[in-house]
Amino acid sequence: MKSMKRTILFAVCAELVFAGVLTGCGRDSSSSGNETKVAFVYIGPVGDYGYTYAQDQGRKYLQSHLKNVKTTFVENIPETADCERTFEQLVQKGNKIIFGTSYGYMDYMADVAKRYPNVVFMHGSGYKTSKNMGTYFDRDYQARYLTGMAAGKYTKTNVLGFIAPFGTPEVVRNIDAFTLGAQSVNPNVKVNVVWTNSWDDPPTEKTAANSLIDARADVLATHVDSPSFAQAAQSKKVLAIGHNADMQKYAPKSVLVSDLSNWGPYFVNVVKSVQDHTWKSSQYWGGIKDNNVIDISSFNSKLVDKDFQNVVMQKRQDIIDGKFDPFQGPVYDQSNKLKVQQGQNLTDAQLLSIDWFVKGVQGTIPKS
Amino acid sequence: MPLKIFGDWRLKKVEQASPLKTVVITLISICLGLLFSALLLLFTGNDPGEIYGDIVFASVGSAYGWSETLVEMTPLALCALGVSVAFRMKLWNIGAEGQFYMGAFGATFCALHFPNLSQWILLPLMFVAALICGGIWGLIPAIPKALWNVNETISTLLLNYIAISWVAYLVFGPWKDPSGNNFPLTAAFSNNASIPSIGGTRISYAIILVAVFAVVLFLLLRHSKWGYEIRVSGSSRKAAEYAGMNYVRNILVVLFISGAISGIAGMTEVSGVLHKLQQSISPGYGYTAIIIALLGRLNPLSIVLVSFLMGGLVVGGYDLQTLGFPSSISSMFQGAILFFVLAGELFCNYRLVRKEVQA
Repeated sequence: MKSMKRTILFAVCAELVFAGVLTGCGRDSSSSGNETKVAFVYIGPVGDYGYTYAQDQGRKYLQSHLKNVKTTFVENIPETADCERTFEQLVQKGNKIIFGTSYGYMDYMADVAKRYPNVVFMHGSGYKTSKNMGTYFDRDYQARYLTGMAAGKYTKTNVLGFIAPFGTPEVVRNIDAFTLGAQSVNPNVKVNVVWTNSWDDPPTEKTAANSLIDARADVLATHVDSPSFAQAAQSKKVLAIGHNADMQKYAPKSVLVSDLSNWGPYFVNVVKSVQDHTWKSSQYWGGIKDNNVIDISSFNSKLVDKDFQNVVMQKRQDIIDGKFDPFQGPVYDQSNKLKVQQGQNLTDAQLLSIDWFVKGVQGTIPKS
Repeated sequence: MPLKIFGDWRLKKVEQASPLKTVVITLISICLGLLFSALLLLFTGNDPGEIYGDIVFASVGSAYGWSETLVEMTPLALCALGVSVAFRMKLWNIGAEGQFYMGAFGATFCALHFPNLSQWILLPLMFVAALICGGIWGLIPAIPKALWNVNETISTLLLNYIAISWVAYLVFGPWKDPSGNNFPLTAAFSNNASIPSIGGTRISYAIILVAVFAVVLFLLLRHSKWGYEIRVSGSSRKAAEYAGMNYVRNILVVLFISGAISGIAGMTEVSGVLHKLQQSISPGYGYTAIIIALLGRLNPLSIVLVSFLMGGLVVGGYDLQTLGFPSSISSMFQGAILFFVLAGELFCNYRLVRKEVQA
């Protein structure tokens, strides 16, 4: 019984100390006036210099471009029951708009959205919507095609490496577009795929990069969240394509070009529409022409020659003008079956549920 | 033999600390922990008062905070109760994490294969499956321990990785939800396979299990012959065998029960909170459970209390982030408090004395 008493004492002491501290600090409720509180929930650290970094740049843009807005962010929130609590805590802190940026938040966010019909929930990359929950994402495949062109142009072994997290349609679509872009300038090119089974796991990403390089890949690309693969590429003296942010500064001797997301203007639109009560739940999917919500960075001038830059930029202009689409037929799958007829494109619904690799991808999509 | 510390100062073991001394030492330890963290927070330009206030407010300052603390506490308490049974016999089972995953596996197996059974049959079935799977995961290292005295600390730890990988294999492969966009999750459990929640909270009725297990274990360990046997076996195998106790059987039984309780924790998590199986169902419950069991001095009732405190720290820690503090601050904070409380334990059991100068 002695130890029991001791633990109770320990508990009581702890509470007393906490309570003492609590009374010492008056809690300030800083919800002043008509400020709209907007919260962002990230899966990785804002310093990942990839996906989460890009989302947080958007948040900063929002904070500096709208006056009556107060933004907060929460990082490193796993795709488990813990994220549901975080959404709930953010609602209780008075946030009126909550952006959840990772795919696996979907069901938990939908649960919380049901309980708080007056709060707007925006889920990045998912597909579930409700009256107060919308989704948003970028037409990542447009930039992928363009960066794929650069990879195809500068490979010497004709083997490209792709580090992929999960076999979701988003990832498959990006690998396909990347491959099609590379093949458009170099028909012999092959793309090897390695799966890391995580959005954000830098050590595994590095190992994956090395295994691809050992298998003769000399340009690496990725759909995971950090630049660690590019550093691995640079140390092995092969090339890399950045993802989500301009990764040139992390591997200046390797990175040819990066795709990047510019979420800022879109976030501003969402918040404005909520403020003037015109917001409606929808599935937003913006492309290069929509305020460059997705785009490519400037080229690495030491590695990419000027004429080729112009070729890629012309393709980019064609995408903006609607003259070209990365999945424009004819497109063949891995078994050489014609999937998209000459003169046709994939519909949005098909793009959002794509589960096949194009010809030239070496690897299989993990399926049950 | 007193331990020499510095100059004339020696550490001397004391038999039993007085309650007053325990209070004072615990208080000072917590204050030092808070002070230490406060200094770090000040150096990084934060207001410690605001942060501490927020943790208390978030964990026990509102009905929602209370409910979330209890949600977080359930798996912690069950795993800690599980490991404490083994620790009583000085069997260092640090495999609660793996036993938790195997319990979740057993429960999910039933949930996915018999989703339409009546709730009154399905939930007990999941319970028994979790109990057996977790128990077997505890039993596997028990056999080499009992027969050849193979170190169970290492074997239980290594089995964790196997269990975690096994669950990952299932959710990436055979058990992946066919309509889930190829993301590694199982299909959601049917209502019959879900432990209902209390009111509008996320607390499932599984929390009753915590109370039941705590009381039953308390009585068993303290007042039964078996409880006495495992205490004696833990102190000395020779003495136990001399007294006619079956030492080998006790190892097997104790590790089975230890694993079974952690396995049940796995079931309550997938069936009561997540309603599906996924890759990372535990943020390290099985490891935190070891700290809880030791802080609670292996007393089942104390363990429940400590679990509640740890649950509150976790919930408060997540809440800190919503105020814009980086996630690492909250884990640093939890670590510092634990460090000081554990260090303070030293002074409960030892006394600093000055060697008498001999004339």
